[in-house]
Amino acid sequence: MSDIPRIVSSRWDLDDGYTLKRYRETGGYEALRTAVTTMTPDEVAEQVKAASLLGRGGAGFPAGVKWGFCPPGVFPRYLVVNGDESEPGTYKDRILMERDPHQLIEGVLIACYAIGASQAFLYVRGEMALAQERIAQALNDAYEAGLIGKRIFGTDFSVDVVLHWGAGAYIVGEETALIESLEGNRGMPRLKPPYFPAAKGLYMQPTVVNNVETLSNLPWIVANGGAAFAALGAERSLGTRLFAVSGHVNNPGVFEVEFGKTTFRDLLYSPEYGNGIRADRKLKAFIPGGASAPWFYEEHLSLPLEAGAVGAAGSMLGSGAIVVMDETTDAVKAAWRVVRFFARESCGKCTPCREGTSWLEKILRRILDGRGRPSDVDKLLDICDNISPQIAWPPKQTTICPLGPSAVSPIASAIMRFRDEFYAYCGGGEVTVPVSGKAYLSTPSAPDAVGASS
Amino acid sequence: MSEDALKVTIDGREITARKGELVIEAAERHGVYIPRFCYHPRMRPVGMCRMCIVEIDTGRGPALQPSCMIECTDGMTVDTASGVTKKAQEGVLEFLLANHPLDCPVCDKGGECPLQDQTMSYGPGESRFVEEKRHFEKPIPVSDLVLLDRERCILCDRCTRFAKEVAGDPLIHFIDRGAETQVNTFPGDPFASYFSGNTVQICPVGALTATPYRFKARPWDLEQVESTCTSCSVGCRVVVQSSRNKVLRYQGADVDPVNWGWLCDKGRFDFEAVNSAERLGQPLVRDEGLLLKPAAWSDALRRAAGAIREGLDRGGPKALAVLGGARLTNESAYAWTKLTKGLLGSDNVDAQMGDGLPPEVVLGLPRATIDDACRPGGTVLLLGPDPKEELPVLFLRLRHAVLNDGVKVVELAPTATGMTPLATVSLRHRPGEQAQLVRALVSRWTGGEVAGVDGDEIRAAAALLESGPITVLLGRHSVAESAAPLMVSATTLHEARPEARFLSGLRRANIHGALELGMAPGLLPGRVLLDVGRDWFTDRWGSVPAETGLDTAGVLRAAADGRIDTLILLGADPLADFPDRYLAERGLAGARTVIAVDQFLTESVRQADVVLPAAGYAEVSGTTTNLEGRVSVLTQKVTPPGTAQPDWVIAADLADRLSLDLGLESVEQIWKEIEAVAPAFAGATHDLLTGPDGRDGVVVPLPERRATDGAPDPWVPVPGRTVISPPSLDAYSLRLVVSRSLYDRGTLVRNSPSLAELGGPATLRLNPADFDRLGVAAGDEVRVTSSRGHITVPVRPDPGVPRGVAALPHNRAGGRASGLIDASAPVTDVRVERP
Amino acid sequence: MARLTPDNVAIATEIISRYPRPRSALIPLLHLAQEQDGYLTEEAMEHVAELIGITPAEVLGTASFYEMFKREPVGEYVINVCTNISCLLMGGEELLHALERKLGIKAGNTTADGKFTLEDVECIAACTEAPCLQVNYRYFHRVSPSEADVLIDDLRAGRKADEVPRHGVLSRIRQRIPEDRRAGVALPEDGTEPAWLARNEQSADGGGS
Ligand SMILES: Cc1cc2nc3c(=O)[nH]c(=O)nc-3n(C[C@H](O)[C@H](O)[C@H](O)COP(=O)(O)O)c2cc1C
Ligand code: SF4
Ligand code: FES
Repeated sequence: MSDIPRIVSSRWDLDDGYTLKRYRETGGYEALRTAVTTMTPDEVAEQVKAASLLGRGGAGFPAGVKWGFCPPGVFPRYLVVNGDESEPGTYKDRILMERDPHQLIEGVLIACYAIGASQAFLYVRGEMALAQERIAQALNDAYEAGLIGKRIFGTDFSVDVVLHWGAGAYIVGEETALIESLEGNRGMPRLKPPYFPAAKGLYMQPTVVNNVETLSNLPWIVANGGAAFAALGAERSLGTRLFAVSGHVNNPGVFEVEFGKTTFRDLLYSPEYGNGIRADRKLKAFIPGGASAPWFYEEHLSLPLEAGAVGAAGSMLGSGAIVVMDETTDAVKAAWRVVRFFARESCGKCTPCREGTSWLEKILRRILDGRGRPSDVDKLLDICDNISPQIAWPPKQTTICPLGPSAVSPIASAIMRFRDEFYAYCGGGEVTVPVSGKAYLSTPSAPDAVGASS
Repeated sequence: MSEDALKVTIDGREITARKGELVIEAAERHGVYIPRFCYHPRMRPVGMCRMCIVEIDTGRGPALQPSCMIECTDGMTVDTASGVTKKAQEGVLEFLLANHPLDCPVCDKGGECPLQDQTMSYGPGESRFVEEKRHFEKPIPVSDLVLLDRERCILCDRCTRFAKEVAGDPLIHFIDRGAETQVNTFPGDPFASYFSGNTVQICPVGALTATPYRFKARPWDLEQVESTCTSCSVGCRVVVQSSRNKVLRYQGADVDPVNWGWLCDKGRFDFEAVNSAERLGQPLVRDEGLLLKPAAWSDALRRAAGAIREGLDRGGPKALAVLGGARLTNESAYAWTKLTKGLLGSDNVDAQMGDGLPPEVVLGLPRATIDDACRPGGTVLLLGPDPKEELPVLFLRLRHAVLNDGVKVVELAPTATGMTPLATVSLRHRPGEQAQLVRALVSRWTGGEVAGVDGDEIRAAAALLESGPITVLLGRHSVAESAAPLMVSATTLHEARPEARFLSGLRRANIHGALELGMAPGLLPGRVLLDVGRDWFTDRWGSVPAETGLDTAGVLRAAADGRIDTLILLGADPLADFPDRYLAERGLAGARTVIAVDQFLTESVRQADVVLPAAGYAEVSGTTTNLEGRVSVLTQKVTPPGTAQPDWVIAADLADRLSLDLGLESVEQIWKEIEAVAPAFAGATHDLLTGPDGRDGVVVPLPERRATDGAPDPWVPVPGRTVISPPSLDAYSLRLVVSRSLYDRGTLVRNSPSLAELGGPATLRLNPADFDRLGVAAGDEVRVTSSRGHITVPVRPDPGVPRGVAALPHNRAGGRASGLIDASAPVTDVRVERP
Repeated sequence: MARLTPDNVAIATEIISRYPRPRSALIPLLHLAQEQDGYLTEEAMEHVAELIGITPAEVLGTASFYEMFKREPVGEYVINVCTNISCLLMGGEELLHALERKLGIKAGNTTADGKFTLEDVECIAACTEAPCLQVNYRYFHRVSPSEADVLIDDLRAGRKADEVPRHGVLSRIRQRIPEDRRAGVALPEDGTEPAWLARNEQSADGGGS
């Protein structure tokens, strides 16, 4: 696997990879120069399309296709960079921003050039002070060097990149909530349709929202061509991708691996990556794509890290966050902790999410406190059903955005697989109730419908 | 079928939807009611509560979608009754009830609560929620009028959306996040909106309650009728609710051409005045000891008739005057016009208190409706009143038109108004010099400054007026200057832009009806000049006045000179309302006999020799006419206090005592007579007004009116006037602007305890830059002196007041601005100094 | 305390000028206010409302949505311990409890001397470095209870002052857009097509004809 290029993580090992000097010494801003001085915007967009670069923010929508959704003739267009990384288990955008801010900025400029964005806003999560400092410094240096702002590389390509940061709200990572937040509002998502950002985004203008990792791929793609990128990976999942492997592995870390081909087993057990479960314990479950994703188990280890295959198996790669739980893990507690997260982070707009997630959390807390009743288990599932009808995959929702339904994933996963642990807490021994007819993990899925957001 | 028609299948039935129509609306129009909480037809949908989710299939399989957010598309299939839909809706309801206190038995909303109703229709039987509920401190005041119980709140965003989107007062807001979210104000910054009561009406649960109504009645005890609000001349449709013969609440009724369901707080809460203990319930007569003493109707009427008769004998019809009438129904106004002008021969009748417009301007110019003013693409030229303070729901309509329909506003006003933030151009001219500015505006002005306004600004405004239809909102910005320049402005505009339409911005209830029915000197009922309608009305009434009479200022002057023998005040309070306090005092003192017909013992009424108690709002039936000329029905709901009588009955009884026959017997019969004799009302029959189209009211004259043979045309010419330049301001003085505000010391506000204190005492407002020059500081008590007198008031800075201008509110507690004004002077200049 | 100081008003004005709509500067301005006072005072919120032309209620509506804005005074050091799933699995709760014992307060509280506020927070994007915490939003990775103990002592003794500024200070580097490099704000109502796109389309059209 060592012949796989490090497309986005090439400067992570350098102590000064974040400086403009080192960035330029390692080829930085040459792709931008090539793009704006030798290519038309359409040609740049074509390369990105050819690369078949899937969005890395969670929804996995092809970036090149999304760019094409901006209605022709409507200006100004904006680019909004989603650096709000907060999905539990997810840790990669922060590294990209801290260790290679210029790569991101170069990607932002390439995207602005290709889509015709007149202004870009780089929205960094509020809690990431170092990332903010590194980006601020990088932007200041790049402005001084004539790489951003007016007449970039002496051409008529001019764009300001404004650094903006949030103030602590997971939901703001959802693209329409991000836009609301950038407009100075509470980060409450808008309904899609009609408010697809590409058509009616920031200030109701066409807006492309892209994730930090997505954009960080662009300099390489422009420099090496979309085809070179697409030569890596498999099926719909091409190029390389960052995965954060956390929890009960011997070597937790963020790894750039070939997308679509590497398997979960590779990632969890290969010495290069996770290097096996700690203390040689048995795997109990793992979350394959962030807290919102239904859990996977032993039997899923052979699946490739490929969006389609993972979707078909009933979960998602989401934000590239793999959380590993060994056999000592308390499934009820783990489920509760993830549900508490969604209950605390619900924006409060939709009744089922606002009331439902906090209700679920209260019941789970009560069960953990030893005050649960066996009937609570089916009640939990029925409440889940009212947030995400039929607890299907991909999820249906009674809500505006997928946050509410996301809270269903850990509960449904834990109850389907570890129902007896719930009963144990509830003091009842009867593990007789069958899995209430809701075939959570066996529902066939349409691979691209996962939290589709574009 | 038109191009815009879409075929949509709802619950298996194919219906036709309009382009852009929301699923929830299309379904409702076809008899399928989808439950909802956050959706409100007059506000932008937010799709938050999720109650209206139904399965919608646009070709990619059924998916749950909020029907309040999704527009119909051709071929769409909607299932509002599928198992999935039902389960989801029941789930939403259960979620809403999870933290709800379920205190329906003690909740004001119980019995009319959408949450309660929908729980009955769609909800689960029993609560599965055994966890602890969310707790908040019980009702907290969010304003002087509105209380909020956050435990009952279901976070539908209706009140907060209303505050921001409709009223433009985002002073209540969602605070905190997720399950902790609450509606609240910023600490110490209450929801002081003129429109706050609407939030109570649209709250789908009992979270918001109004102090004036709280715990007064249970909804099932209420009886209700639909009527028209007469708190100002916008004429919003209302539902009047009462219990045990007592008015308890007004709710806005939604009619398209007028108020869209909204009311202002003054209109909503001044029902308290109807119930006031201060209401007059029996006649009063001044005895020899000069005290007003209760009397029997027969005695009071005898005294009044005797005084009138003696007065006529002494000084002829010219010695009789009637002031007021804006409070009256159309029918009562007609009765009093007929009595005074037809039977007693006096033309000294004026419904306005010297604070309005020349009647020719109101009746004689091409008139606009509110819809005309708000039509997309048009421009509204504001010449005068502050609609937010004087005609609040018109302000809401204009605000909506500006923000949503691209209507532009050009404002000419000496000080900033509530419309200023919405105006594309706002020209601050010197007080008293509006006419010069209007002339420049329509004359392709190439020069420099006019009336204090820069030439370029004038050209920018003129450019806006160049294209698209124009509606002129005409009224008095300030009562400290003469109304004559307004007449010039109006005629200038009319000549330059003959297609421009005018909306008269007079505030008082039925002032337009009173003018239409002849309650101004020189006019007869139905927009007819005295001289033009002489023959027609002589045939019908027996006689009409020989010559044109005096307006209010003229009457007061004549009275002060001892030339008015009998002065009748019809709900008029000149001491409070007439801009020139000194003249009003002398006038009242100078009349030999003052007869007052009123509901309250106002300052002016206290000066009367005979006081006849009149029935008030919701106690009489009839019709009223709003500022568009829209006639709509008033419905009686309760009986008047004591022996108070409708104004027209009082007129008829007085006639009787005078051995005259007014020939008027019932409200319906009077309306029939109006329709027959008053040309502007031809065709506006009782049947039309009370029929299905009458709910919106009927704008007169009807376009397809069939003229009765020989009847004069309803047409009042507007005389031209020349511009008079006011004297220039000396270096030590400021020019005074005195404007009205919503909460003043008017009778209704003063007698509504919930509203009475909202206006607060008068303060003088000056440009911040004038403070140093005058040697005063913000908060100081200052002495304001004019040629007429002086008052002492606190002063505060206001950047909306230009330099060299001093702004005071009209008729407020504290300093009385009318004490400074000379009604015969073109402008009022004052000095401001530390006392 | 306090409206924004004249220096901060100047910074605020510059920040506002970067956005097509002043309201977009709301969160940055609230951070500025919090940087000034350590938390958001009512006076500062009112001042921010004035600066961008909205009501204080609207400012509060936004401010209260976001975790980082504190409406009551907090400690000089705000310690955020992650207990979300990855950290939970690796001892996040134990770390939190160790700090509770060390500081003598429960999570969600501030020590009596006003030095420390302890919070039990959601994922802070250091999942592979669990258990982790932040002090005033500066990261500390793979922290054991005993290391946490030392950290508190260091903070209390001022030994981390360089690394960890007081609460309210986020990025110590401000973005500066040099006037002569500024491309300009893209106002939504300005519908013109960017020059480089227009040129591209023209040449494409030109090539076709
Ligand atoms: C609840 C929720 C949280 C999200 N959080 C993030 C996030 O933190 N970062 C991110 O890039 N995308 C996040 N997304 C996805 C965004 O909505 C959006 O799809 C993404 O930013 C688009 O960029 P991409 O196409 O480059 O992936 C989130 C989505 C949801 C529903
Ligand atoms: S699902 Fe939850 S987080 Fe998403 S919009 Fe609705 S309430 Fe907000
Ligand atoms: S009525 Fe549609 S979501 Fe509330």
